[in-house]
Amino acid sequence: MLFGGNGRKDDLVLECIRVVDPTQGIDEVLTVTVEQGVITRLEPTATTASGRIVAPAFVDPHVHLRTPGREDEEDIASGTRAAAAGGYCAILAMPNTDPVIDSAAVLGALVERAEVEAEIPVGFLAAISKRQEGAELTEMIELAERGAAGFSDDGRPVVSAGLLRRALQYHEVAGRPIALHCEEPALSRSGQMHEGIISAELGFHGYPSVAESVMVGRDLALAAHEGQPIHLLHLSARESVEALHQAQAAGVAATGEVTPHHLCLTDEAVRSLDPNLKMNPPLRSEEDRKALIEGIRDGTIAAIATDHAPHAGYEKDVPFEEAPFGVTGLETAFAVLNTRLVEPGILSLATVLERLSAGPARIYGLEPPRIAVGAPANLVVLDLEATWCVAHDEFRSRSANSWLLGSTLTGKVVQTVADGKIVFAA
Amino acid sequence: MAEVRPLLRDELLPPRRLERRHLISIADLTREDVERLLSLARAFGRSLEREVKKLPTLKGRTVVNLFFESSTRTSSSFELAAKRLSADVMSIKSSGSAVDKGESLKDTAITIGAYDPDVVVIRHPHIGAPHVVARWTKAHIVNAGDGTHQHPTQALLDLYTIDEELGGVSGVHVAIVGDVLHSRVARSNIQALALMGARVTVVGPPALIPRGIEALGCEVSYSIDTIRDADVVYVLRMQRERMLEGANYVPSLREYTARWGVTPGRLRPGQKVMHPGPMNRGVEIDAAVADAADALIERQVRSGLVVRMAVLYDLLTHGPVEVKVAEIEEVA
Repeated sequence: MLFGGNGRKDDLVLECIRVVDPTQGIDEVLTVTVEQGVITRLEPTATTASGRIVAPAFVDPHVHLRTPGREDEEDIASGTRAAAAGGYCAILAMPNTDPVIDSAAVLGALVERAEVEAEIPVGFLAAISKRQEGAELTEMIELAERGAAGFSDDGRPVVSAGLLRRALQYHEVAGRPIALHCEEPALSRSGQMHEGIISAELGFHGYPSVAESVMVGRDLALAAHEGQPIHLLHLSARESVEALHQAQAAGVAATGEVTPHHLCLTDEAVRSLDPNLKMNPPLRSEEDRKALIEGIRDGTIAAIATDHAPHAGYEKDVPFEEAPFGVTGLETAFAVLNTRLVEPGILSLATVLERLSAGPARIYGLEPPRIAVGAPANLVVLDLEATWCVAHDEFRSRSANSWLLGSTLTGKVVQTVADGKIVFAA
Repeated sequence: MAEVRPLLRDELLPPRRLERRHLISIADLTREDVERLLSLARAFGRSLEREVKKLPTLKGRTVVNLFFESSTRTSSSFELAAKRLSADVMSIKSSGSAVDKGESLKDTAITIGAYDPDVVVIRHPHIGAPHVVARWTKAHIVNAGDGTHQHPTQALLDLYTIDEELGGVSGVHVAIVGDVLHSRVARSNIQALALMGARVTVVGPPALIPRGIEALGCEVSYSIDTIRDADVVYVLRMQRERMLEGANYVPSLREYTARWGVTPGRLRPGQKVMHPGPMNRGVEIDAAVADAADALIERQVRSGLVVRMAVLYDLLTHGPVEVKVAEIEEVA
């Protein structure tokens, strides 16, 4: 289900380093030895650690690699390189490409490319419907057998409740997670930003919270009715978090994810009219942001996913209203979460590390990265105190549409080990 | 559990280069700025009563008018304002330019920027267009209307007109009637009037009044009867070209006119009626009301000239980067 990463296995020793592994409740200073890509020793040491920590590497279940079709914006090599620099040992790519990943043939071709080009293991979701047009199901069993990590029409909602129901029924035999982009198009129509006081002031068509929560409600009801699990992508509204929480309490197998930008920003940011603040779903109010943070804290939302959405410079360098939606995020995710949420004491480091790694892995049935003797080395070494400036020309991604351009962040990825191979060293 | 710390606006904005001032939104102005501009406009107004109406103030300076949307009033007003101040003026309309060949706004701005204009006046159908031009030229930018966002010089000339007509703006009650949702003029006016101490009520059908508009400094009413209480009734055009198709903002224009049309019966005798133009007689404004209001509407147009002269002059002389201009001659 994960492809590429070139099976080279490295050796390394991390001496006297603070090991933080929330999946095993470890937070102590150890010396970590990796041999042939496997953790062979974890020895307690008496010496104080440096400002660095090592944690299970991150897993991003929501990345747009733009391949095939827009390799000018990102390709498998640059996207996985960017991920490695962000501390990720695995990513999952969305199928809204050109052509859409809706057949085993297209998926197979992509898998072959990944085996050669990917710098870290990468998985691919396939579409729920052919060409993501929302009319006919894709051949999900064949796609699953060819290696699809899950199914999604992300970029668009599944507008037809009837089609979603069929997809859920088919999940019984196709087996891979169904990930849903919840947006009622009749309500979000032409919406450029959250519908609220700021959009009233700025004059933008608004995209109200109810456009998301109406479909979240529908999708949860269908999941409950069919007794099948669903995963809700990039949640943005407090009503959605509340609905997810209640469904989980009622026993529905539903999971959710949220992006770093939705955890850190509100619609106030859009006042600058910078197109790098234009996302779908949009940045919403402070109440929504608080609810998303609480959802991460109490586990209602199990994963932080970047929804890394590269765009060519010329496409974003236009008036806000004309710009496409989306921002990159792989290379800044940990740093911005550390700066804006961990340092001020809003979320604990352990929670953030868990939601960046084990949480996403479990949703897609991947083995959660862990630091234990005998486990494959999937590690990220972080310097929690280093500060750095986010610069346009220093991204490993092919695209630089980041909302953090020019910002100074605290927290840096120093080294990443993915499936036993050192894939990044600062 | 730590309180979620509200993000300060400053933390969210990208680093700003404060080399020069622009007039993109009324939100960019303080009360002092507005008073200074109105006072400048009055001075220019006096100078225009002379036989020879040209002033040497902006001689040697270049003003480029970049219009991506149709306009009669605003474009002619800016062109004449710049010429009266002896500036060199270039007026470029997007149709008939390389924009027809698909040239982007950024490239258009860079091309114009090569002429080193001191001011670029831009009207564009999309919000945020002035910011793109500001990023890619070194000129002072004047927003002549960006989509449904702002049209600050319109609001300034409306303030000037009300000030002249009623002897002041503070305490004046203005009712803004019509399609507020799609109106950049409404947004600029609500902010400008509130800034100067006027009382503003917006009136229209629910779907055309943005939720949360009160935060700009106005009250909301869905009943046309409200306009009777106002000193000034400011009528907005139904912005059909900006409306989404099939969006059902009102069931029909007929019902709109029946419920919210400004007709003589809905006005008090002597009530001031204003309209930014162009008017759709018989839709938002009754033909008889339009004719009676023509005098005031004509004053708005005249105000536009001196206000825009004031804006051009002020942008170049007041701010972090001062451009050398000739002195305004004192008029006896």
